[in-house]
Amino acid sequence: MIQNLNFNKYYKLFNIISVVLVILSLISILFKGLNYGVDFKGGTLIELRINDNQTTISNLRSAFNNMNLGDVAIKNFGNDNDYLIKFVKKDRDKNLIQNIKKDLQSSIGPVFEFRRVESVGPKVSAELLNKGLIAIAASLGAMLFYIWIRFEWQFSLGAIIALFHDVILTIGIFSLFNIEINLSIVAALLTIVGYSMNDTVVIFDRVRENLKKHISIKIFELTNISINETLSRTIITSATTLLALLSIFVFGGEILKGFSLAMILGVIFGTYSSIYIANPTLVYLKVSYKTVVKEEK
Amino acid sequence: MLKFSKINILITTLLSIIVIFFTISNFTEFEDEFVNKKINLGLDLQGGSYLLLKIDNDPVIIKELQNKAISLKNVLKENNISVLNIRVTDDKKILLSINKKDADKLNQLFNDKNGIVNPYFDQFKSFQFEIANQEGNFEIFFSKYGLIQLKTSSLDQAIEIVRRRVDEVGTNEPNILKRGNDRILVELPGLDDPMRIKNLLGKTANLSFRFVTQTNEETFGSEELEFEDGSEVANVSKRIIVSGENLIDAQPRMDNQTNETVVTFDFDRVGAKRFGRATTKGIGKRLAIVLDGKVISAPVIQEAIVAGSGQISGDFTFQSATDLALLLRSGALPAPLEIIEERTVGPGLGQDSIKSGLSALLIGFILVITFMLIKYRVFGIIANATLILNLFFLVGILTLFEATLTLPGIAGIILTVGMAVDANVLIFERIKEEIKNEKNQIIAFDAGYNKSRNAVLDANITTLIAAIILFFLGSGPIKGFAVTLGIGIFTTLFSVYFIARLFTSIYVIRNKNKEQLI
Repeated sequence: MIQNLNFNKYYKLFNIISVVLVILSLISILFKGLNYGVDFKGGTLIELRINDNQTTISNLRSAFNNMNLGDVAIKNFGNDNDYLIKFVKKDRDKNLIQNIKKDLQSSIGPVFEFRRVESVGPKVSAELLNKGLIAIAASLGAMLFYIWIRFEWQFSLGAIIALFHDVILTIGIFSLFNIEINLSIVAALLTIVGYSMNDTVVIFDRVRENLKKHISIKIFELTNISINETLSRTIITSATTLLALLSIFVFGGEILKGFSLAMILGVIFGTYSSIYIANPTLVYLKVSYKTVVKEEK
Repeated sequence: MLKFSKINILITTLLSIIVIFFTISNFTEFEDEFVNKKINLGLDLQGGSYLLLKIDNDPVIIKELQNKAISLKNVLKENNISVLNIRVTDDKKILLSINKKDADKLNQLFNDKNGIVNPYFDQFKSFQFEIANQEGNFEIFFSKYGLIQLKTSSLDQAIEIVRRRVDEVGTNEPNILKRGNDRILVELPGLDDPMRIKNLLGKTANLSFRFVTQTNEETFGSEELEFEDGSEVANVSKRIIVSGENLIDAQPRMDNQTNETVVTFDFDRVGAKRFGRATTKGIGKRLAIVLDGKVISAPVIQEAIVAGSGQISGDFTFQSATDLALLLRSGALPAPLEIIEERTVGPGLGQDSIKSGLSALLIGFILVITFMLIKYRVFGIIANATLILNLFFLVGILTLFEATLTLPGIAGIILTVGMAVDANVLIFERIKEEIKNEKNQIIAFDAGYNKSRNAVLDANITTLIAAIILFFLGSGPIKGFAVTLGIGIFTTLFSVYFIARLFTSIYVIRNKNKEQLI
C-alpha cells in the first residue's frame, strides 16, 4: 500500500478550523462552564435501583423534593430502573443517608436499593479539583520536558500546541454538551495527553530522520512525505485503540461512559492534531536540515 | 541479527510459564501461601465503604493551652512574676498580662532551651510555643512545629482508637491509614451500609462520672448539661470523679431484676479507689454519668461501691448498649472526627461492574485481534499471540504483587490491549518499507526492528509519563487505572522485543526465500 495523499494542501484550512474550534471551546468553558460532579463540586450522589414497575421518575422527584435537600437533580442512569440522584447540602448531618432511606421508604415503599453512595465535603472536593488541575499541568510539563530533551525546540513547540489543542477541544465538548466532569475524566485527559504525544512523536521521529536523508527537500514537502510514510501505522493504531475504547463505551457499563467518551474524543483529536497541528508548526517555524544537524553537534 | 541465544529463549519461556501460572492462580486455590496469590478487587468491584475522617484538633489545642495556662501560672508565681490577667482566647492563644518590669524575666523564661516552660525540639530547632510581646501583654501560641507535634500525636492516638472500634465491629479486613497530618482513611470491604461504623466513629466517647450539684459554689465550677433523651437538664459539677480512662472493661448485660438492658463496667485499681471513696462520701447524692457532654443517667447513690465495678442504665436497646460498651472499651478519641468523604458501593453494583468490565475486555480483545488478523495475516497471528501473552504478563504481574484491580483498572487493561499492538505495527510497517529496498529478507527484518526502535520507545515513554503522574496524583480507583496502564507498557515492550521478535525470526528464517513475507 503506497499512499501519497497531499495532507499539506490543507494545512491552512484545517489550522483555521482548529483555531475556531479552540476559541469556541474556550468560550464555552469560560461562559457556559463545566458540569462538575460531586468529586469536584462536593455534595452527595446516590445511585438508586427501583425494583418495581410502579415507581416513576416523578414519584422520585416529589419524594426527594419533600426531604428538604435543596436542589435535587434526578436522572435515569443506564436503564429504566436505575437513577442517579445528586444534591449539594450545606449543613452536613452524619445521619443524612440513613434519613433519606427512611423517608424514601415511607414515600415509595421498600422497593429500592442504594447501589452506590458518594458524599464529598467541600474541602475535599476543592482539594480533588486542585489535585486534578495539578495532575494535568504536571503531565503537560513532563511531556514538554521529555520532548525538549528528545527533540529540537521547534518540534517541542509543535507537539505542545497539539497537546493543548486536544485537551481544550475535549474539555470544550464536555462543556458544550454538559457532560459531567469527575475524577475519571481527569484520568482520561492525562491518558489523552500521553496518546496525543505518542502519535505526534512517531511522525516527528520520521520527519527528523527524513531531514537528514533528503537534504534538498523543503519542510513543507517533507512533513507530507513523513505523514504518508507513517500513515498506515497511524490508522492501524488509532483503529485498534478506538476499537478497544468503543468496547468500553458500549459494554463497559454506565460508570465508564464518560471516561471512554473522553478517550475516544482524545484519540480522534490526537490523531488529527499530529497531522494538522504539529506538522504545520514545523513548516511555519521553517525547520530544515540545519535545525537537526546543528543541535546534534 | 535475528538470532536468539538459547539462554534468552529459555528465560523468556520460563517467565511466560510463571506469569501464566499466576494468572491461573486467580481462579484456583492452592495450599501454599506463596503461590496462592490473587488480585485484590477494589472497593468499586467487590463493594464496600471508603470513609475519610478529619480530626478537629481545635478542642485539643484549647485544652492544651488551658493546661499550659495553669502550669504557667504556677511557674510565674515561683519566679516572683505577678500575673495581672491570664486567659485562653478563642483564636487559640494565651493572653497574659504582667507588670512591664517583669517582661525581660518572662522572655528569659520562655527562651530558655533547657527550661520546662517552653520545651525545645532539637530536631526542628524550634520551641513548642511562640511568644509575642505587646506592651506588657503577651500572646502565647503554638509554634509551627509545636502544632505539628500536637497534631501528630493526636492523629496517632485517634488512629489507634479508630482501629480498635472498627476491629470490635468485626468487619472483613478493614484498612486504616493515615492521610496527611489530620486525616484517617478507613476502607471497609464488603460493607454496604456504613451507618453503624459512622455512628461509632462519630462519637468521641468521653466518659466521666461527676456529682450533680444544686449550688454554684463548687470550687471547680459547674455546668448545665442536658440528658441524652432530652428529658431534663442537670447542674453537674466540673470536677471529674473518674473518667473513661480508668475503665478496663465494659459489656452489655440484661439486668435480671428490672429486665432492662444495661452496660456493666470495671475500673482499674486507681479508678476503683476513687470511685469507692466518692460513693462512700456521697451517699444520697446523684451521680451523673456524662458521655460527650450529655448525661446518660444520674442515679442516686444508694450505697458505697467499692468493688470497682458498676452498671449504667439508661433506656438502652440491646444494640445501643452493645455500641456504648464497645465505645467505652475502645477508649475516647483525643478529638472529634468528622467524615469529610464517603464512598460506598453495594455488592450488586460491584458484581455488575465486574461483569460489564470483563465483557468489554473480551469484546475489545476479539475486535482487536480480528482486525490484526485481517490486516497482517501471518504476522497478525504473531502480533495476536504476543498480545495474548502480554495479557498473561500483565495479569500475572498484577497477581504477583497482589495489586488492587478497580473498574478504571480494567479499562486500563482494555486500553493496553488497544495500544499494545502499536509497537508491533510500528515494527511491521517499518519492515515493509525496508523490504522495498532490500532483497535479503533477513537483513530487511533486522533493519525494520532497529530503525523503529526510537519511535517505539518514544511512543511508550510518553504514555508511561502520563501513567506515573496519574499514579502519584490520582486517588482510589484512578490509581488502579494508572497501575494497569503503567505495568501494561512494560509488559508490552517485553512481549514485543522478546516474544514477538522470537516468533518473527523463526518464521522469517524458515521462509526466507518466499516472496512477500509481510
